[in-house]
Amino acid sequence: MTGPTRTVPSLAKPKALKLPAVSDTTLDNGLRVLAVRRAGVPLVEVRLRVPFGAPTGKGGPAHVAKASLLADTLLMGTDRRDAGQLARDLQAVGGMLSVGADADRLGFGGSVLVSGFPAFLELVAEVLTSASYPKHEVVGERDRLLQELAIHRSSAGVMAREALLARMYGSHPYARDLPLAEDVEAVTPAALRGLHAKRVVPSGSVLTVVGDVTPAKATAMVEKALRGWLPGSPAVVVPPAPAQQGRTALLVDRPGSVQTTIRFGGAAPSRTSPDYAATALANLVFGGYFSSRWVANIREDKGYTYSPHSGLDHPSAGSRFVAGADVATHVTAPSLLETLYELGRIATVPVGQEELDQARRYALGTLALSTASQAGLAGQVSQLAGAGLPLSWLREHSKALQEVTVEDVLEAAGRWLAPTALTPVLVGDTATVEDSLRALVDLELAG
Amino acid sequence: MPTKTLPRAARAAFAVERGRLDNGLRVVVLPDSSSPVVAVAVYYDVGMRSEPEGRTGFAHLFEHLMFQGSANLGKTEHFTYVQGSGGILNGSTHVDYTNYYEVLPSNATELALFLEADRMRRVALTQDNLDNQVAVVQNEIRVNVQNRPYGGFPWISMPPVLFDSFANSHDGYGSFVDLEAATLTDAQSFFDRYYAPGNAVLAVAGDVDPGQVMTWVEEQFGDIPAGKVPKRPSFAEPPLAEERWAVVDDRLAPAPAVALAWRTPDPADLASYLPYYVLVEVLTDGDAARLQDRLLLKDRTATSVGGYLGVMGDPLDARDPTPFMVEVHHSPEVGVRTIVDSVDEEIDRLATDGCDAEEVRRTVARMTSRYLRDVDPVLGRATHAAVFEQQRGRAELVNDLPALLAEVTPDQVVAAAATLRRDNRAVLELRPGGAQ
Repeated sequence: MTGPTRTVPSLAKPKALKLPAVSDTTLDNGLRVLAVRRAGVPLVEVRLRVPFGAPTGKGGPAHVAKASLLADTLLMGTDRRDAGQLARDLQAVGGMLSVGADADRLGFGGSVLVSGFPAFLELVAEVLTSASYPKHEVVGERDRLLQELAIHRSSAGVMAREALLARMYGSHPYARDLPLAEDVEAVTPAALRGLHAKRVVPSGSVLTVVGDVTPAKATAMVEKALRGWLPGSPAVVVPPAPAQQGRTALLVDRPGSVQTTIRFGGAAPSRTSPDYAATALANLVFGGYFSSRWVANIREDKGYTYSPHSGLDHPSAGSRFVAGADVATHVTAPSLLETLYELGRIATVPVGQEELDQARRYALGTLALSTASQAGLAGQVSQLAGAGLPLSWLREHSKALQEVTVEDVLEAAGRWLAPTALTPVLVGDTATVEDSLRALVDLELAG
Repeated sequence: MPTKTLPRAARAAFAVERGRLDNGLRVVVLPDSSSPVVAVAVYYDVGMRSEPEGRTGFAHLFEHLMFQGSANLGKTEHFTYVQGSGGILNGSTHVDYTNYYEVLPSNATELALFLEADRMRRVALTQDNLDNQVAVVQNEIRVNVQNRPYGGFPWISMPPVLFDSFANSHDGYGSFVDLEAATLTDAQSFFDRYYAPGNAVLAVAGDVDPGQVMTWVEEQFGDIPAGKVPKRPSFAEPPLAEERWAVVDDRLAPAPAVALAWRTPDPADLASYLPYYVLVEVLTDGDAARLQDRLLLKDRTATSVGGYLGVMGDPLDARDPTPFMVEVHHSPEVGVRTIVDSVDEEIDRLATDGCDAEEVRRTVARMTSRYLRDVDPVLGRATHAAVFEQQRGRAELVNDLPALLAEVTPDQVVAAAATLRRDNRAVLELRPGGAQ
C-alpha cells in the first residue's frame, strides 16, 4: 500500500562557514605554535608535525626504516623515565599520544584532559629533548616491526599501494613508504639517537593546540614546556615529485585471491593551483563520494564491488589522485572496462549542471563538518599548516568551489583524470584474470 | 569507598531533552550551537542475533536494502539528498541493533528527519535491487573477511566457540548461500516485524532548537502507524562448564594469533558490568596496561595485544550475553601456550595480589578522556545517546558515564578478575598459512 505522496522539505538558508580565530606564534627556538579555543568537552587536542622527508638517493630507503622505527620507539624511554613509567604518567592525566612517520613528516597526535595539559606538555618536551632509545626496547621493537611489516604486506591493499607508489615515483623518495625488512634489520639505537638529534628539531615544526583552553594560555604553556627544545639545522626539503605520466597497467600476482584490488594513480593539482577546486569537484563526480558515477555504475548497478572510492591527497612534493576498488575476481575485466569508461567520460564529456551542483553542495557542506569537533579542527589546522596554508584558506576554497563551471570541470578532468594520465595497478589471481585484462589494456606482469 | 574521584570538570555537560510520539517513537535531542551541523541517528532494536536460521546475514543485508527505496524515494535518492545537502551518511548492523545516521549542515535538519521517516514508513524493494545488494554484500564480505588476513578474527570466529545458540554463535555477515536465498517476502516481513516506530529511537544532536525538532518529528513521523513492537527475547546462555579450545586456519595470515574470551555479567546492570570494562582496560589499554607491559615490553613474546568487551568491540552498546575478549598476535617462534599461560598468570596476579587505587584511577582517567573524545563530535554524541536511551532509557549517560566509571573500586576490579578462570573461557587459536 502506498501512502499519500509527501513533499521533500527544502533546505533552510545555509549558514556561512564559521571559522574560529587561530593564534599563530613562532617561539624563539623556531617552533610555530597554532592555538584555537574550542570548548566542547574538557579536552585538549595536540598535533605536532616535524618535517621528516627522506633524502633523495641511496640514503632514502634507510631513512624510511629509521623513521619508522624512531616513531615506534620515541616513547620507549627518556633520561628520566622508562617506557612503562612514561606510559603510566601519560595515562594518569588522561593522555593519549601516538607517533607516526610518513613520507613528509614525523607526526605526533595526542589528546588529554584539560586538567592534565601541563603535565602532558612536560612529557612531550621530555621525549623531544631526551628520548633515549634504550637498546633492549629498540631491538624488541625492531623485531616487532619486522613481524608487523610481514602482516601488512600480506594484505592486498598494501601490496597494491606499494606497487603503485613504486611505479608512480621511480627513484623519488615517495616511491617507498613502508620500509624494507633488510633496512629495518640494519637500524641501531645509535642511528636513531643520531637521527633524532639531527632531525627532531623545532625549526620548521608546527605544534597545533585545539581545545578547552584560551590560545594565549595554551601558547604560554607550550612555550614554558618546550623552551628547552633546542633548534637544529633546517629540515631536508623533499624534491618535487616527478611529472606523472600514465604508465602501462601492472598486474601483481596474488594466487587464489577472491578479489582483484584495482588502483589508479596520477598527479593532481595542489590546493593553491587555479584548477584545484574544479579538480576536486571532478573527483567527486567521478568517484569521490557515494553519489558518484563510478559507485552508481560498478556498485549500485552492477554489484561488482563494495567500496569504490577516489580521492585527492596532498604530500608536500606533489599532490596526487588515487582511485581504488576491490572487485570480485570473476568480474575483474568488466570492472576495469567500466572504470576506464567512467574516467574517459568525465575527461571528455561535460558533466551535467545538476550533477556539478550536487557535488559542489557536498564539498561545501563537508567543509563545515570537518571543523565541527576538537579533533577535526585540530587535524584541519595542522594539515593546512603543513602545506603552508592558514585555516582561513577554507574560506577561499569555499569561494572557489562556488565559482566552478561545467567547462572548468571538463578542462580539469581532461588533464588530471584522463585514463592516459593515470597508472593502473591490479593485484589479483593472475591465472584467472590475465587473459581477459589483455583484451582491454597492455599489461605488464610484476616480476 | 570510591577511589579518588576525577576532577569535577572531567565530564560532558550537554543538555538532553526527550519526547515520545503516540506511535511509540522515542526521541532524544541534544542541542548545541557551537557549529552549524547536526547529527540524526535512528536506532532499531534488531540486530544479527534476531535473524532467523537459514537467513544468516539477513539483518545486515536488510540494512543495505533500507537505502534502496522507501515510501517516496527511489534507489540512491537517500544518498543524493543527504550528500547533496553537504552531509555524510551510513548505517551499520550490530549484534543487538541496527543504526542509520547522517551528519549534515544544520539547515538540512528537516530534510534528514523526512528521509528517516520515509523509510520508517515503508521500504520499497525490487528484485533487481535485492539481487544487486546481495552481490554488493558478498563483495563486502570478500574485502573484509575472505580476501583479508585475520578477516573476521575474532568477531566472527569466536562466537561459535564461546556460545551455543544459533542466535549468539552464527556468522552475522552471513553465508553466501543464505544471502542468495533471501527473498523480497523475507525483507517485507523483517521490516514489518522489527521496524515499527515503537522499536526505534531517534536521536538528534547539534545546532537545533529542540522545540522545532519535536514539531518536525511530529510532522514527519507522527502518522506512521504504530505497528506491533516485538518483545526482545532473552539470548542468555548457561556459563561454560569447562574450557573450550578451537583452532581456525587462515591461509592469508603470515603469523599466528590467539583470542581468549569469557562472559561478562549482564551489561544491563551497569554497577556489576562497569568493573569488567575497567578491568579490560587495566589489562590492555596501552603500554601502561598489564598485558602490554608483560607481553610487549618485558617478555617480548607478542606483536600486539588488545582487549575489549562486546562481540564487535564496543563495551557500551552490548547486551547479554557479552564476551570479555583478549586478542594477542604473536611471532611463530612463540608457542600459543606460552601466550595463554602469560595471560593467565597476569590475571591470576591481579586476582591474587590486587591492584592499588592509583592503577585504577589512571586507567579511568584515560577511559574518561577517550569517552569525552567520542562524544565531542555531534555524531558520537547522537549515537551514544541513542543506544543509551534504547537499551537503558538513559540518554543522560552521555554526560554521566565518567562519574560512574570513577566509582569503580579496585576491589571490584580484582573481584572481576577472579571470575576470569581457565575453566570458564574459550580460546581460539589462529594458525597462519600465509607466506612468511
